[in-house]
Amino acid sequence: MLILECPYCGVTAEETELHAEGEAHLKRFGPGSDDAAFEGYLFMRENPKGVHFERWRHSNGCGKFFHAARCTMTLQVFGTYPAQTLEPPQDIRDRISAVYPGWRWRDFA
Amino acid sequence: MSEAVSALQGAVSEGFARVKETGLRGMITLRCDLASGALAKALKAVLGAKVPGQRRIVDGAGGRVAWMSPDELLILCAHDRAQAMVGELAAALGREHALVVNVSDARAVFAVSGTGAREVLAKLAPVDLSDEAFQPGEIRRTRLAQVPAAFWINQDGRFEIVCFRSVAQYVFDILKVSAEPGGEIGVLT
Ligand SMILES: [Zn+2]
Repeated sequence: MLILECPYCGVTAEETELHAEGEAHLKRFGPGSDDAAFEGYLFMRENPKGVHFERWRHSNGCGKFFHAARCTMTLQVFGTYPAQTLEPPQDIRDRISAVYPGWRWRDFA
Repeated sequence: MSEAVSALQGAVSEGFARVKETGLRGMITLRCDLASGALAKALKAVLGAKVPGQRRIVDGAGGRVAWMSPDELLILCAHDRAQAMVGELAAALGREHALVVNVSDARAVFAVSGTGAREVLAKLAPVDLSDEAFQPGEIRRTRLAQVPAAFWINQDGRFEIVCFRSVAQYVFDILKVSAEPGGEIGVLT
């Protein structure tokens, strides 16, 4: 059972109050982009055993989307942060580095 | 206008706690920047209430105001006041970017009272309902079994629960089963 803190309402919500919404920090490629970029945006997803960044929604709660950083292997949660964030905050990166020195996820490290 | 009728027309179930559909209640959804001065003024003028902080429910002379999300409030008032209050709030908010909607008849309200009231809710929601963790003044949006709902506890230990009208019968039934005699856990008082 995952327990994530919603950064908007401050509730420590267990998984059944939330909805998983896929990978975090996707960059949209729309009209005008080339086929490879559009395909990557639509279909190419990370599926790591380890550090991962996801979007979640507090669906049975305040209704807001937020981001979460966690380990898919140990289920350790490194932190949650608002959806209006283009990259993981430094304190969360530091927390990951303490457990997994030299970690990498797409362009983040 | 046709005669307004609540979802379950005051249905009652007596278990180790008492479950009651509380009848018609005025409810207004208000969405805007909760930090805006215009909102604070409007709530004070129309309801005599302050803007509630995160997850708080506060009282005013004209009704109660509950925090639903960082940009949403729920106002509870007398059912026959709701429509006029929407107009008063919209007028008081003036040019402030806001949404004020009467949602009274889209919702149902239940009350759960009695010694085991906390346990009735604790069996249905993934929420810590111990005395230390959940106190009057807080509103919690969550799920009850399979549907979204929100609840708070009053000073007298009576819970009030708000859900969508379309699931009123479902919510009444699960509360009733949860409060069935013999189902007491005896951990939460
Ligand atoms: Zn939330």
